[in-house]
Amino acid sequence: MFDVQKVREQFPILHQEVNGHPLVYLDNSATSQKPIQVIEALEEYYNSNNSNVHRGVHTLGSKATDGYEGARDRVQSFINAKNREEIIFTRGTTTALNIVASSYANAKLNEGDEIVLTPMEHHSNIIPWQQVAKATGAVLKYIPLQPDGTISLEDVKETVTDKTKIVTMVHVSNVLGTMNPVKEVGEIAHNHGAIMIVDGAQSSPHKKVDVQDLNCDFFAFSAHKMCGPTGIGALYGKKELLDDMEPFEFGGEMIDEVGLYESTWKELPYKFEGGTPIIGGAIGFAKAIDYLEEIGLENIEAHEKMLVQYAMERLVEHEDVEVYGPPADQRAGILTFNIKGVHPHDVATVLDSQGVAVRAGHHCARPLMNWLGCTATARASFYLYNTKSDVDAFVDALVTAKEYFGDVYAE
Amino acid sequence: MSMQSNLDTLYRQVIMDHYKNPRNRGELDENDALTINMNNPSCGDRIQLHLQVENDQVVEAKFTGEGCSISLSSASMMTDTVKGKSIEEALEISGIFSEMVQGKEYDDEKYDLGDIEALQGVTKFPARIKCATLAWKAMEKGLDE
Repeated sequence: MFDVQKVREQFPILHQEVNGHPLVYLDNSATSQKPIQVIEALEEYYNSNNSNVHRGVHTLGSKATDGYEGARDRVQSFINAKNREEIIFTRGTTTALNIVASSYANAKLNEGDEIVLTPMEHHSNIIPWQQVAKATGAVLKYIPLQPDGTISLEDVKETVTDKTKIVTMVHVSNVLGTMNPVKEVGEIAHNHGAIMIVDGAQSSPHKKVDVQDLNCDFFAFSAHKMCGPTGIGALYGKKELLDDMEPFEFGGEMIDEVGLYESTWKELPYKFEGGTPIIGGAIGFAKAIDYLEEIGLENIEAHEKMLVQYAMERLVEHEDVEVYGPPADQRAGILTFNIKGVHPHDVATVLDSQGVAVRAGHHCARPLMNWLGCTATARASFYLYNTKSDVDAFVDALVTAKEYFGDVYAE
Repeated sequence: MSMQSNLDTLYRQVIMDHYKNPRNRGELDENDALTINMNNPSCGDRIQLHLQVENDQVVEAKFTGEGCSISLSSASMMTDTVKGKSIEEALEISGIFSEMVQGKEYDDEKYDLGDIEALQGVTKFPARIKCATLAWKAMEKGLDE
């Protein structure tokens, strides 16, 4: 039984006042808060087990290695990857996507090949492909968006051709909350001999992901958006693709033999993990997965759906609040909006004065802002510890912002 | 100071007046004026500043752009302030302004700072200091060249 009050007890940071009001944290798409279990796991690792991995003959070295490799097993089971060596620890989603761009795309693509993506991508799933296009002569093709910020499979079929080598897109949009049909898009990609890459930064924290069911070729995500520490994430890749790729970074840990002029690489996944890995981070990541699975991803998804539906219902009566993206039943727990006539920075400053933390800006999605026809928006994003009273506080703070600027404009 | 009075200090009436009724909004002929583009990449604000400089003096200043009340009112005030000043004076005032919005001691006697002192309120809102300084950085970039 999902009990949000019990969940809240496990997040120490939530129990504080900000600017004289109880904190209402609605910036979860930027980063999530961490439960005490994750904080304690990091503490325990650094207090008792810290050591380098894969080489120490000593006891602590074994403990650290067990923790780190155990974390890989947890990530594997979390996304249901077939093999543990298909999980590569990275700094986060950005690095994961850059590995694919650099080690896969730059090596495989040629002039005239196509990379298909959408205008709703985060910059981290646009700019690496722009760089690949520059380096290889490949071209970028964008699947057009529907008026409600979704994509249609007909448009995907129109855009993907036999020249397409890569199709890449967000699983869930960090701005619109759109949930993309990546499994179906992947089928279309595969029918044309292209690979399918999924940016899972905004889906993995909120819903069950099964990479074998999605049949995607690469899946990238970050721990810090799913109750884990910053500085770690993972790249999943199908073994046959990863085996065929050159390493991304060169140095310690990733080598087999080293000569003066030539070297060879370790097996998967280690050839992609040059340098001392993110050991503490991986252990925190695994604990976050334990935590989320104990709560149940399906419970988390249902809870957020309830919150976003409630928020959208409450906003209906505020005609001067424009909400972007698909209807409530078709979106994740993300609500991007503008108050007519008030700049989102000014909205966010007034909300913060009421203890309500939201993001304002372009959300690292400039092309999507252009599509929406604005330079910036405000965004509230929900997670498992948010409540209906958080939504009420948010809507009350919006009313305060409207009144505040109504008054200052009127003066 | 309470949060409400902090907010009122941030959004002083004079600031909102410059936001609603910006002075010097517009463009200058590129043949006569410098054009400087400046973005705040973290939030998406952009300004295009036009400065007409003759004999080391700023004779005309105009701006266009998109942004929040703080960045646009600051642009409005900055253009008002630098018009008629020498390059040296304009850069010196910019330095004073920068110290003021960072909450440092600043010289409020050498120049008549006028409306721009209203922007002191941003010192309580560290996340907004960059909004206030965008137009000034554009001006400095233009006059440094």
